Amino acid sequence: MSDKKDQLESAPQREKPTIVEPPPGTMGTGFFTTSVDQAIGLARKNSLWPLPFATSCCGIEFMSLMSSHYDLARFGMERLSFSPRQSDLLMVMGTIAKKMGPVLREVYTQMAEPKWVLSMGACASSGGIFDSYSVLQGIDRIIPVDVYVPGCPPRPEQVIDGIMKIQELAQNESLRRRYSKEYDDLLTKYKID
Amino acid sequence: MPAFTIKTERDQLTIDKLTERFGADGFTHERLYDTMCFVVPKEHIHDVLRFLRDELDFTFLTSLCGMHFPGLPLELGAVYFLHNMRLGHRIRVKTHVSLKEAKLPTVTDLWPTANWMERETWDFFGIDFVGHPNMKRILNMEDFPAFPMRKDYPLEDPTREDKNDTFFGR
Repeated sequence: MSDKKDQLESAPQREKPTIVEPPPGTMGTGFFTTSVDQAIGLARKNSLWPLPFATSCCGIEFMSLMSSHYDLARFGMERLSFSPRQSDLLMVMGTIAKKMGPVLREVYTQMAEPKWVLSMGACASSGGIFDSYSVLQGIDRIIPVDVYVPGCPPRPEQVIDGIMKIQELAQNESLRRRYSKEYDDLLTKYKID
Repeated sequence: MPAFTIKTERDQLTIDKLTERFGADGFTHERLYDTMCFVVPKEHIHDVLRFLRDELDFTFLTSLCGMHFPGLPLELGAVYFLHNMRLGHRIRVKTHVSLKEAKLPTVTDLWPTANWMERETWDFFGIDFVGHPNMKRILNMEDFPAFPMRKDYPLEDPTREDKNDTFFGR
């Protein structure tokens, strides 16, 4: 009997689930002040809606990422958006043929600001092993990319790392960035208006 | 009777029937990789295929694709893979065309399935099938500037930047 009790006591204590840390600010009884930038950054960071643009084996890896074992929902991505108009994060996973290029570009232009792009795997990032006339040698030739995840295919942990990098970007992005001249120039460079 | 003997007999029968109809000069034949292969001049290709379908029961066009042999006077060509379903008998029919006059009569009137196969052959080898109802590219982009399966077309993407001597020792 006493053995059993010991076992129960020695079992590892699960940490209580926590909510996100508040940004730096002033807290008092019943109020909290911080800058709009940081409050909105916090909201954006923890409620990204990803749009999976999965064309090959990286897409299969992504399926395991979003299902229960790796669980993308832990990062505030409970719902995947299959419409570009309601998504913040374009996840390009797999080989993009040159014929597919205009489609991907159209999907990107249909997304509302602010939007981020994650390029998963060697094919999306650089063409990978498909050094061929018919394959786009990296999606950054047609749309701007924020985070590249290397691998062929990357493990789900690597993609989680990439997603956390995107979250960092989303949290720390200035609210004025999307209206800045630099951002305009970037889009002009890609001939997106 | 062993299977290969039956095949040889059927091949011989096909040769005899074709010789009877088109004459011994109308085509050449050879046995390649266990399959009888007929080489027919492009002027007769449609008649030969029609004869094979109607008289010798090759009712099924398994596949159709292009060929390219740089350096030969007739560089380009097409192969028709035919199947006699009733006897389980397969043959190939080849025909050659020159690069300048890369034109062949369509066989979409014999086998409707040839529609996409001929479009693919046009897409990758640039062989024009005269009389085809919808002769345009099927897999590549419509504004693609070349016929990529020809041997003089470079396979690798020329704009790729990460493959240089430092990493690949070329």
